[in-house]
Amino acid sequence: MPKALDAIAALKGAIAGVADRPSLDQPAVNVPAAGLVAAMAFLRDQHGFDMLVDVAGVDWSQGVSPRFTVVYHLLSTTDHDYVRVAADCRDDASPELPSVTSLWHGANWHEREAFDMFGIRFTGHPDLRRILMWDGYPHHPLRKDFPLSGVDTDLPDREVVAETRTNAIAAPMVGGPFVASQGEINMTDAEPRAKDESWNERRPKPGA
Amino acid sequence: MCGFCPNSTTVSANSELTYDSKIEGDVIVTRADAVINWIRSNSMWPMPMGLACCAIELMAVAASRFDIARFGAEVMRFSPKQADCMIVSGTVTYKMSSAVRRIYDQMAEPKWVIAMGACASTGGMYRSYAVLQGVDRILPVDVYVSGCPPRPEALLDAVIKLQEKVKRERSFSKLNTA
Repeated sequence: MPKALDAIAALKGAIAGVADRPSLDQPAVNVPAAGLVAAMAFLRDQHGFDMLVDVAGVDWSQGVSPRFTVVYHLLSTTDHDYVRVAADCRDDASPELPSVTSLWHGANWHEREAFDMFGIRFTGHPDLRRILMWDGYPHHPLRKDFPLSGVDTDLPDREVVAETRTNAIAAPMVGGPFVASQGEINMTDAEPRAKDESWNERRPKPGA
Repeated sequence: MCGFCPNSTTVSANSELTYDSKIEGDVIVTRADAVINWIRSNSMWPMPMGLACCAIELMAVAASRFDIARFGAEVMRFSPKQADCMIVSGTVTYKMSSAVRRIYDQMAEPKWVIAMGACASTGGMYRSYAVLQGVDRILPVDVYVSGCPPRPEALLDAVIKLQEKVKRERSFSKLNTA
């Protein structure tokens, strides 16, 4: 029996509410938010999953509940086995999960990124600031309701804004997205191009 | 014998078109603009604003194979006070943009800007919430270089183009009219 399945079976007995999670590759479990830190500590200390490989946020889009999920990947460096742990945030409007920085210091920046991109607050995190976008940025860019091109926003440095009269703007998406579609063109001699070339800066989008 | 200056010796007509120190002494007559621009354009110290993969090409330009020293621009200065030309090589994110502008403000006049590559020129393929859509939104750019990233030769060409531009500038005569 692989180490991960072993650990999951034991985890179900130790923490209430742990359930199997459909997965195509590694064994995976859903863990309730309340038991997250205990479950992670159990996997780390009792079953040798000593390395936190990744912390990823998921937005299942508006109208879906639970909307936000955080997925953790754990690796056992002694048994070379992975397990995936997922925890749903109970509140869809202001998602929250307990931080695992007490178990792995490496979770610090991962959780900051998930907070920055999805707005998931990790309670007990020692320094929950934005990590990629600047402090004071009002949005969470990887949420489904946020447009890829961005929205008009003030830049952080007031002096530079006054001098240059420039702010963060919604990026021009004329004809976008700009992708090299597989199968349509020869990938070796084609550059990414606009999906819809019927409109540009001078010619408005038909029907818009 | 010249009647106006009794001490001078007779000089035969100079058939040479070039400067001859034996005849004219240690004096060259030219325009101040030409001299100043000649000095400026041939010792243009770059401020390497390396922000992404274009900076790798920028390093190649400074190395022996392409050798930006041939154009007098090999002295990369990481202090803006000592630099003349900011080479913005890479993707300028909004978060970085205020730092880029501040470094430009700290450079002493006269100063020039080369926008190297698609990202610095227009935002490039990053039509995104995080990337400044062209560094010319915050800086006065003198030369744009296309490419993703540009070949080192393209950046050398940009340096030559910038030198040509500097040589056309009114550097000294502007002071009189201002």
